[in-house]
Amino acid sequence: MNVLVFAENDNGKVAKASFEAATYGAKIAASSGGEASIITYGYLDAASLNGLASYGIPKILHCTDVSDLDPSQLTKLTIAAVEETNAELIVFPHDYTGKSIAPLVSAKMKAGMVAGAIDYPELSGDFTVKTNVFSGKAFAQVKIKTDKKIITLIPNAISKVKVDAAAETIAFSPDLGAPSVTVKEFKSEGGEGINLTEAELVVSAGRGLKGPENWGMIEELANELGAATACSRPVSDIGWRPHHEHVGQTGIAIRPNLYIAIGISGAIQHLAGVNGSKVIVVINTDKEAPFFKAADYGVVGDAFEVVPKMIEAVKAFKAGQA
Amino acid sequence: MNILVCVSKAPDTTSKITFKDNDTKFNENGVQFIVNPYDEWYALVRALELKEANGGKVTIISVGSADYEPIMRKALAIGADEAVRIDSPASDAYQVAAEIANYVSSNPFDLVLTGKETINYNGSQVGGMIAAIVDVPYTSNAAKLDVNGSTATVERDKQGGVEILELALPAVISAAKGMAEQRIPNMRGIMAARSKPLNVIPATVTDSLTETISFSLPPAKGDVKLVDSENIKELINLLHNEAKAI
Ligand SMILES: Cc1cc2nc3c(=O)[nH]c(=O)nc-3n(C[C@H](O)[C@H](O)[C@H](O)COP(=O)(O)OP(=O)(O)OC[C@H]3O[C@@H](n4cnc5c(N)ncnc54)[C@H](O)[C@@H]3O)c2cc1C
Ligand SMILES: Nc1ncnc2c1ncn2[C@@H]1O[C@H](COP(=O)(O)O)[C@@H](O)[C@H]1O
Repeated sequence: MNVLVFAENDNGKVAKASFEAATYGAKIAASSGGEASIITYGYLDAASLNGLASYGIPKILHCTDVSDLDPSQLTKLTIAAVEETNAELIVFPHDYTGKSIAPLVSAKMKAGMVAGAIDYPELSGDFTVKTNVFSGKAFAQVKIKTDKKIITLIPNAISKVKVDAAAETIAFSPDLGAPSVTVKEFKSEGGEGINLTEAELVVSAGRGLKGPENWGMIEELANELGAATACSRPVSDIGWRPHHEHVGQTGIAIRPNLYIAIGISGAIQHLAGVNGSKVIVVINTDKEAPFFKAADYGVVGDAFEVVPKMIEAVKAFKAGQA
Repeated sequence: MNILVCVSKAPDTTSKITFKDNDTKFNENGVQFIVNPYDEWYALVRALELKEANGGKVTIISVGSADYEPIMRKALAIGADEAVRIDSPASDAYQVAAEIANYVSSNPFDLVLTGKETINYNGSQVGGMIAAIVDVPYTSNAAKLDVNGSTATVERDKQGGVEILELALPAVISAAKGMAEQRIPNMRGIMAARSKPLNVIPATVTDSLTETISFSLPPAKGDVKLVDSENIKELINLLHNEAKAI
């Protein structure tokens, strides 16, 4: 089947989630004897365009003539690209933009959609896809009944794989009509930190830390590891940490390789957002804390003693690696 | 201002999730149902605040069977004026959206609010689909919402910052954390809810585009490996050599 991959423009760059979507799309096209293409948009730096060319998809449609934050134009652009490439399957990263555009494309085209896929589709027999449901507490196998199909792929569900092949970038500018929303302002939060949904390593802390003034050591540990920082809901509710760090059932769901939970009890609503993590480390003074049941490694101890020791141990480890 | 809030039924966040009929159906036995948190805490409460400021009416709508009514009464107790139940089990996001879109086409609203996502299906789909079918502007994941005349101003989180945008009403907007503060229904609200209208209307569309074939649970975790707090070097070793996580 022909596959179209929607690559998100994330402030002039293409982020990891889109490279994973490209890997995913390329593999499905290859195993079903179809062709894969990418649709992307807006100003993109050279590294991003080169990056997109390295995942085995030979054709990149690039539209620069678009208001890159406008849902209706991005929807029209995607549909025009589907027509141009005869795609039967459209893959979006299940990230900020992909998540909001995919349902619009689905309803406009009456193309059945599976949101939050965590694996490759079953191509023989019925076309079914495995997805996250019940906030990460379960999975569903969902069949798409329509000829045109849409999948949004959860970040970190599959690994991106670079291949040695060239791609052609083609300027693409279909008629997109007027934008439906007016973007007044984008307030950057200095976004140089690591994107939490894509982070491979995450250091997270909860109410056990006692107060916002104690996050210095959490940030230092994250920094040493090259990890993103996260927190439990009460911590963001009280304003100790920014709310975009809140993970869990009502926050964001993440699936890093390593999740280190410090001073977090492990309530079921918290676990819902992190139980897709490959390895979980829990540091808690209370050996009965429920989080230990969901953990791979645990330290029963006081964060204020354990975290500084971890920082030292990571520094020593890195020195040994160098 | 005439506001429609889409309200979904969800298992309480502490529910143990199990399946029945050969893992093809969610086992509702012993499960407590709630109004989907995003719909209740943010979409509904913000709709009530807008009504309190500008006048108008707040209607809630659900696509579901009779078992939806208790959570709909809860939404009425929080302050919605009336409720509409489209009498059909919810089979997929498109079917739900198409039903609501049909209703909206013959009963126009200034603003349609949904939650960011349901906590059971986590699709973030229904709002966008309604907007696409009705053909009105849409934005997802709004953390703040203000209305001035026929313009809505929305703040939404994006990777790396916050985006502020305007859209012309009528529009569909999905609500995320930050838009309002949870309200607990009081006795008067609960009494009043009993006599507020809850209209049941027949479904119009039946086609869903997807079908859930089966469910499964993640494999159980093995026992946690405890590391002594005096031996943190060992933890880093394990994470590197055994877990291959760093
Ligand atoms: C509808 C609903 C949705 C929710 N959604 C979310 C969600 O999305 N995300 C979320 O996180 N929560 C959510 N919650 C809240 C959740 O139920 C818990 O209340 C919350 O996760 C607890 O946060 P915590 O672990 O930081 O704090 P606590 O439960 O207070 O735990 C603090 C932990 O720190 C430990 N501790 C104390 N001192 C130290 C120390 N010096 N060193 C090490 N450990 C120490 C304690 O033993 C304890 O285990 C939700 C709740 C509801 C009702
Ligand atoms: N059966 C339903 N009836 C009414 N509204 C719904 C229903 N299902 C979902 N919604 C609305 O659509 C939003 C997004 O749902 P979802 O696409 O399932 O994540 C929810 O927060 C609700 O506001």
